[in-house]
Amino acid sequence: MALTDKDIKKLSHLAKINIDSKDEEIILSKLDGIIKLIDSMQKVNTDNIDPMSHALDITQPLREDVVTEKNQKNDFLELGPESNDDYFIVPRVVE
Amino acid sequence: MKNLSLKELNLGLSSKKFSSEELTRFFLNEIKTFNPKINAFITLDEEKSLQQARDADKRISQDNMNELTGIPIAQKDIFCAKGWKTTCGSKMLDNFYSPYDSKVIELFNQSGAVNLGKTNMDEFAMGSSNETSYYGKVRNPWNLDYVPGGSSGGSAAAVASGMAPAATATDTGGSIRQPASLCGLTGLKPTYGLVSRFGMIAFASSLDQAGPIAKSAEDCALMLKVMAAHDTRDSTSIKQNIPDYLKSLDNPIKGKTIGLPKEFFNDDLNQEVKIVLEQVIDSYQKMGVNFKEISLSNSHLSIPVYYVIAPAEASSNLSRYDGVKFGYRAKEFKDLEEMYLKTREQGFGEEVKRRILVGTYVLSAGYYDAYYLKAQKIRRLIADDFKNAFKECDLILAPSCPSTAFKIGDKTEDPVSMYMQDMYTISTNLAGLPAISSPAGFINKMPVGFQLIGNYFDEATILNFTHQYQRITDWHQKTPEAAV
Repeated sequence: MALTDKDIKKLSHLAKINIDSKDEEIILSKLDGIIKLIDSMQKVNTDNIDPMSHALDITQPLREDVVTEKNQKNDFLELGPESNDDYFIVPRVVE
Repeated sequence: MKNLSLKELNLGLSSKKFSSEELTRFFLNEIKTFNPKINAFITLDEEKSLQQARDADKRISQDNMNELTGIPIAQKDIFCAKGWKTTCGSKMLDNFYSPYDSKVIELFNQSGAVNLGKTNMDEFAMGSSNETSYYGKVRNPWNLDYVPGGSSGGSAAAVASGMAPAATATDTGGSIRQPASLCGLTGLKPTYGLVSRFGMIAFASSLDQAGPIAKSAEDCALMLKVMAAHDTRDSTSIKQNIPDYLKSLDNPIKGKTIGLPKEFFNDDLNQEVKIVLEQVIDSYQKMGVNFKEISLSNSHLSIPVYYVIAPAEASSNLSRYDGVKFGYRAKEFKDLEEMYLKTREQGFGEEVKRRILVGTYVLSAGYYDAYYLKAQKIRRLIADDFKNAFKECDLILAPSCPSTAFKIGDKTEDPVSMYMQDMYTISTNLAGLPAISSPAGFINKMPVGFQLIGNYFDEATILNFTHQYQRITDWHQKTPEAAV
C-alpha cells in the first residue's frame, strides 16, 4: 500500500515533527521503500502464534516502597532550556 | 603501549613499568595525532581523564587493583557519564551534560578504569556506517575513504587505529558486530539482560544491549567481566551469577558441535566472504570441532520484522525529546505545538526522523495488528528457530556482514540498502541471544569477520571458541597502516 501526501501530514502531526513541504516528496518515496520492505511479512502465516514482546520470559520485578534516591530537583531543572526555581517553562497554553 | 593487550597493560601497570597517568597521556597523544583524520572521538576531557588516572595510580600503589584499574577505555557516547557531555551523536543533545552515571560507566569507575573520552556514533545508534552522526562521519582506519560500520563506528575506529586499548559499544541490530567486522576487531553482543541499560540512551528497548569492542576475545572477556552485573534500576537486568569468562577461555573445544545455518550459506552469500568462512570452518575442524547443517528457516524475515519493532520502540522512546526538560529547543515558535514541531524538526537528523515516522506509522490506529503485532508473532518464529537449532549444536557460525566495508557515501541515498548490512546480525537481537564477531581475514586489504552465536547467557562458550580460534590465527593482531 503506497503512502500519500495525506499520510505524511498525519504522521508529521502524530510524531510532532515538522516536515517542510518541499521535502515531502523525497520523504514519501523513502518511507514507501521501507513500508514495501516490511510488507514482505504479510505473506507469512502467523495464526495461533503468540506475539513475542520481549526476548526473555521474565516478570516485572518488585521492590520495597522505600526512598532510594535523594531529591535532585535542582540538578534536573538546570538542564531545561528554560526553567525557574520550581518549574520547566513552556509557552503559555492557557489564556 | 600501543598494541598491548589489556592483560599486558595490566601487567605493565602492576609491575610499575608505566603509570596510569603515563598510559593515559600516551593515548591522549595518539588521539591528538590520529583523531583529526578519523573523527572517532567527539568529546575529550583531559583533566577528568588524568584525574581518574592519578586516582588509579594511588590504588595501584596501595595494591588495590583489579584487571582494568588504570587502563583507559573509550566510552560510546550513548552512555551517560556524570559531568561529561553525552550527545548520542545528536544535535538534540549537543548541550546535554549528564547529571548521573549510567550503570556501565559506574562499573568502569568502580573498577578504576580511566574514561578516555566519548566516541562518535550514528545518531541515536541508528545507522550502519557512522554517517548519520551530527558530529560528522567516522573514517575506517584501514582505508580512510571507507566507513567503519555503525552504529558503534567511533568505538571500533578508536580501537582499530590504536587510539584506545578497548571500547564500549551497543548493539540493537548489529551495531557492535558489524563495525567490529569492518574494522578487524572482536566485538561481543551479550545476551539481552546481561548488561544493565540504566543510563544507556534508549533506541529500541527490547533489543538494545551493551558490550565490548576490543582487539581479542581475551580482551572482550575482561571487559565483559566488568560490564555484566545485576542492576535493580533496569527492570530487564537478569539476576544471576556472572561466570569468570577468563577462566573458561582455554576449555577444550574438541568434540563440540557448531551449527551451520543453510539459509546463510546459500547462493546469496558473497563468494569472497564464503571462502573466508570456509577457512574458519577448516580451522575449527583441525581443532576437532564437528559441524552440522541446521536451519533457521525464518531468518530472511529478520530485517522486515526489525524495521517494524525497532522504529516502533524508537518512536516511543524518542518522544522524550520535546524541548522542555533537557536538550535542544528551537529558537522561534509561536506556541507550544510549534515549539515541539520545530524542536524535533531541527534537533533530529534525517535517518532518526525517518525511523520515528515509520514507527509512528506502524503503531498508528488501524495498522497496529497488521504491522506491530504481526512482527511480534514472526519474532517468536525467529526465536523458536534458534531454540530448536541449539538442541543440535553448541554454537552457530554465521557471516558477520554481507561484505567488507563500503565507501563513504555509497549507501546514504538508499536506506533499504543500508539496512541490508545487518541481515546476518539482526536475528540474534530479535531472539535476545549473545553473538560475537571475530576477525577472519581480508578481502582486497579490508578486514572481514565471522560470527559465532551462542545460547542464552552462554557468553563463556562463545569467548572460549573465539579465543581458541585466535590462538591459531593472527588476523586479530593485524593493524592498519593508515594509522600506524
